[in-house]
Amino acid sequence: MKKISFRPAFFALPYVVICAIFVVFPLILVLIYAFIGSDGSFTFENFKLVFTQSSNLTLLLKTIGIAALTTVICLLIAYPTAMVLASAPFNRYVVLALLFIIPMWMNFVLRVIALKSLLFMLGVDYGFLATMIGMVYDFLPFMLLPIYTVLTNMDKSYKEASADLGANGAVTFFKVTLPLSMGGVVSGITMVFMPVFSAYAITGMLGDASTNVIGGKINGLFTTTSTWGVGSALSFVLLILVFLTMFISNFITARAPKSKPSASTKGGVAQ
Amino acid sequence: MRETREQRFDKIIEVKNVTKVFDDVTVIDDINLSIRRGQFVTLLGPSGCGKTTLLRMIAGFTLPTSGNIIIEGQDVTQMPPYRRPVNTVFQKYALFPHLNVFKNVAFGLKLKKLDDGVKTDAKGNTVKKTRKLTKSEIADKVNHALKMVGLEDYGHRDVNSLSGGQQQRVAIARALVCEPKVLLLDEPLGALDLKMRKDMQVELMKMHKELGITFVYVTHDQEEALTMSDVVVVINDGVIQQIGTPKKVYDEPANAFVADFIGESNILSGVMVKDFSVKFLDTVFECEDKGFDKNEPVDLVVRPEDIKIYAADSGKGQLSGKVLTAVFKGTWYEMEVEANGYEFTVQSTTEAKPGANVRLGIKPDGIHIMKKLRTINEFKGEVSGENTVDICGGTFEFDNKDGLEKGTAVKVSVGFDGVELTDDESDGVIGAFVTQTLYKGTYYQVQIYTDTDEDFYIDTTDEWDIGDRVGVRLDPAKIKAEPLAEEAENEEN
Repeated sequence: MKKISFRPAFFALPYVVICAIFVVFPLILVLIYAFIGSDGSFTFENFKLVFTQSSNLTLLLKTIGIAALTTVICLLIAYPTAMVLASAPFNRYVVLALLFIIPMWMNFVLRVIALKSLLFMLGVDYGFLATMIGMVYDFLPFMLLPIYTVLTNMDKSYKEASADLGANGAVTFFKVTLPLSMGGVVSGITMVFMPVFSAYAITGMLGDASTNVIGGKINGLFTTTSTWGVGSALSFVLLILVFLTMFISNFITARAPKSKPSASTKGGVAQ
Repeated sequence: MRETREQRFDKIIEVKNVTKVFDDVTVIDDINLSIRRGQFVTLLGPSGCGKTTLLRMIAGFTLPTSGNIIIEGQDVTQMPPYRRPVNTVFQKYALFPHLNVFKNVAFGLKLKKLDDGVKTDAKGNTVKKTRKLTKSEIADKVNHALKMVGLEDYGHRDVNSLSGGQQQRVAIARALVCEPKVLLLDEPLGALDLKMRKDMQVELMKMHKELGITFVYVTHDQEEALTMSDVVVVINDGVIQQIGTPKKVYDEPANAFVADFIGESNILSGVMVKDFSVKFLDTVFECEDKGFDKNEPVDLVVRPEDIKIYAADSGKGQLSGKVLTAVFKGTWYEMEVEANGYEFTVQSTTEAKPGANVRLGIKPDGIHIMKKLRTINEFKGEVSGENTVDICGGTFEFDNKDGLEKGTAVKVSVGFDGVELTDDESDGVIGAFVTQTLYKGTYYQVQIYTDTDEDFYIDTTDEWDIGDRVGVRLDPAKIKAEPLAEEAENEEN
């Protein structure tokens, strides 16, 4: 009788199967639809339509703008918050950190509906401002968590060494703490930028005509006008863009631990 | 070489009445310490004794709860670390992982401001000008520092690609390049293997000699401390036990703790019969100590290498014993020899086989007498009932022979043998932590710390672990209580 050897790779099998059925297969379908015209024949017409409609381009730029703005606001709020939460007096109270994470445990549609009522009560009109509030509120934990994790795990002796060598609080922050936390910042940016880029539910629920994004357009192409071919082509372009962002952020992360402060400390190596 | 008066009083660091309390635990207890310029001073003690806390307070990472720290005549107690003229070599190196070797070493230099003459400002006042170091100055200094630690070609290397020993060298270069007045080293060699540690010891001593700056070195390794230092400061329980040259703390330990901690030793209890004569193990020995009271109980230490082994029928030596074990240690044999109920550790180049009967001889200069830290447990308390007395937050039964009235303030004394420890805290009258245990050949002397901040000494044959939570019972027959006289109280104050 042949002995069955269990290699660790076997344990990945369920994931591979699920991935093939629900990720790879639909992607292939999108790719196929993108090259099929309304009459069912092979065509580049869909891509032509995507790139020639100027509204698509402006929509794309607007989407990138909203995603970038959301990411920046999230970063500006999350980094100081993470620093406070990770600092000695607060870090003991895990509850404090949890408070920022708990919203993630709730369904996000539910959260947006709640926010919608709240904004209505406060008299904030649906539109750009409401959308931004919704986006930041929804994606803040994804920025906070990786930065908080990096900061709490950072050996405090680095800060001490910096102070020991003559750096005050501000210098230590910019030359030691920030560069060493770049990994968390980059993964935070990735985790906020990419989903916001393709999100359309929040803009749909809290926005108006001015906050139409590319995700909403794709949704419309599939559900309203039933132009699956064009929708697939646009999705495909979006996918490429997301891959590009991921590639860039990975590239930065790989370089992060030793890159950042070099701008100010470059030169001087006399070998 | 005789030192001048100036040298002797040239204190670079003064620690004055410094106490540090962390979460109600006193880690450093009213320490006073002066460190002279240019010396290699080692803070030595078991882990948790407070030596690292003391170093961190000198560096400025931890603020003392009370007391002052003075560096170069300037009170730096509240000064942040980046303004202090000291640099630290950290236990785990703490090299910045995002910078290469060169940039790590250059970190401090880039922040350094140099005096650059004076200038006259718009209002006509003269102000001191400062300037930053130029790139070439920094490069020169960094390369010089790297050369000093033997890593001249490693500037461009990633710090994570270096071995532990190399990282340690970078850490040393990074601290020294800032030209500190004092270099603080926090167990810098702890993570290195033995061979590397020995090499680095020699190199650090060489650097100390060449640079002439003061080194304050923290270690728990007594051998390292004895090898490297000019002065050893032995610390235990947040209190300095002894300050002295390595030879002094080894040859003349101030108390039983120091004797036990530094080097191998046989610690015994004895009685000074008269000057130059001490009695232990029912035998009177000649010694070199005097000035004790007649029949004063003392602790004494005999180093393993100071015990001579003779054949059983040689008629030499003072004690008869039997060899229990013998282990070859390279250049000598280490033997356990039982004599009069005490197990001596003996180091000798001649081997005696286990089971052999031998004679042991100790010369007068091999016996070092120490004052007993305490000969009896003494507490102030109050008679709380017909046959009970309250001390240390508990009510203990005792034999009220003198018929003391309830409410009388008393001085209660209990011998070391009148205290019993129980495994289960609830079996005792009060609870306490074991803080120290010392093997005295035939029994352990255990020290415990009660919740009311008092110490008990106990002689026991049971072995207890430091940190154990125990219950305390007292033998009613061994409690002595006498009314606290007013005068006596005044005298104590």
